[in-house]
Amino acid sequence: MIQLENVTKTYPKASRPSLDDVSVGIEKGEFVFFIGPSGSGKSTIIKLLLHEVAPSRGKVVVNAKDVTTMRSWKIPHFRRSIGCVFQDFRLLPNRTAYENVAFALEVIGKTKAVARRVVPEVLELVGLGGKEHRYPHELSGGEQQRVAVARAFVNRPLILLADEPTGNLDPDTSIEIMRLLDRINRTGTTVVMVTHDSNIVNQMRRRVIEIESGRIVRDQARGVYG
Amino acid sequence: MRFKYVLNEVLVGLWRNVTMTIAMIITMSVSLTMLGASVLMYMQVDQMKNYYYGEIEVSIFLREDVTDAQRATIEQAITSSPLVAEKVYETREQAFEKFKVLWRDSPDFVKSVTPDSLPESWRVKLKDPEQYEAFHAQIEGTPGIQDIVDQRELLDKVFKIFNAIQVGALVVAGFMALAALLLVGNTIQVAAYSKRREVAVMKLVGASNWFIQAPFVLEAVVAGLIGAILGFVFIFVGKVVLLDGRLQALTNVLTPIPDGNVWLMLPLLAGVGAGVSAITAWITLRFYLKV
Repeated sequence: MIQLENVTKTYPKASRPSLDDVSVGIEKGEFVFFIGPSGSGKSTIIKLLLHEVAPSRGKVVVNAKDVTTMRSWKIPHFRRSIGCVFQDFRLLPNRTAYENVAFALEVIGKTKAVARRVVPEVLELVGLGGKEHRYPHELSGGEQQRVAVARAFVNRPLILLADEPTGNLDPDTSIEIMRLLDRINRTGTTVVMVTHDSNIVNQMRRRVIEIESGRIVRDQARGVYG
Repeated sequence: MRFKYVLNEVLVGLWRNVTMTIAMIITMSVSLTMLGASVLMYMQVDQMKNYYYGEIEVSIFLREDVTDAQRATIEQAITSSPLVAEKVYETREQAFEKFKVLWRDSPDFVKSVTPDSLPESWRVKLKDPEQYEAFHAQIEGTPGIQDIVDQRELLDKVFKIFNAIQVGALVVAGFMALAALLLVGNTIQVAAYSKRREVAVMKLVGASNWFIQAPFVLEAVVAGLIGAILGFVFIFVGKVVLLDGRLQALTNVLTPIPDGNVWLMLPLLAGVGAGVSAITAWITLRFYLKV
């Protein structure tokens, strides 16, 4: 599903690489945590998988497609198979929960009719039934993140990437979001989550890949934060 | 739905920054007016050249003290020249008759002139008006000739003036176009900034590049088209008011501008206005919306 082969990423003007000769494989349906201190290079992995940045060396394969050599005009279509959730939610403030999710469908060419059918369903799934017409500022942080998860999942992507999704949430809300991600994972979606929230990692007992200074220092099947 | 979405985005975009939109349209329309006027003038000069060059004569004025022998030599030289198509001899009396007609509005001036003060002359039409230099060289130096005047030289002076006006209009058009393009670039930047959140989400969920860029490009194209239509209206009104109205006397000399040529400016200006705006917008987006 996801394959990094000897990937090195050095940002321009950086003194040392963010990722240094990293090789890792993730199977379909896995739930994987990337952990490590700030600046360890774990967020770079998300950017590489989305093809927001290109690796300096090595190969990145996602959904059996070599992202490294992908032509730029193919990237938008490629991203439709990947959902993405961020620490800062990235919702459109002037649109309701429903409209935020529907927007993601409409801009990739789905009709309003499809949106009317699919959006309430996915909002129900993330536990926002009845709050479809609230604006982001009328929702709590956890609820906003649920909207973001609904938007990421509405296309039924093969992979869900989550970059510190609980970073702005209190512990209880974080656990709820994790339950939600777990539920999505059980539908067969591969979930890759970057975090430094030890509490959550310890509770979930899933595969943990620890990165330090751009290198993998641990890869454990049912790991804890350590 | 996608079409409606894009259209809506374009209208909202133009309205969001309406003062900038107006500035963009005004500069665009002035620039395109200048361009259109210049192209029209170019077509006009071309048409006038065709018209007048066919009518051109070379006048050979004889000296006042020309002798009969010299007169015969000159006639011989003209008649024998292979370049000559037609020739007419004009006596002092005939010249005077023409003169009286030409200056009929100033009788005092006519009174002060007698046939003797006008030179006799040959009016020669060349087979090929372009051969003037060769003809001039052939006939020059024959005794008794006072002056050889080619109407073409006079016309060329007139055309030079037209040319200068035309170049001037093009320069103004160029400067205004530069201002218009900078405004387009700026408008697109502002639009891209105000929609940065939407654009970020669209990129994230995999909206195609054209779908992200189309509203911005179309915004510029619509402004360009409005500018072009305004520019065309300026030209049309200018033609009707100035050339057909106030400067009609001049128009008779200038050969009339065919309406077809004026209408031709509409697609030309629209094409240039829309095309240039679209390219500018697109290039601006390359810098401000990294996809």
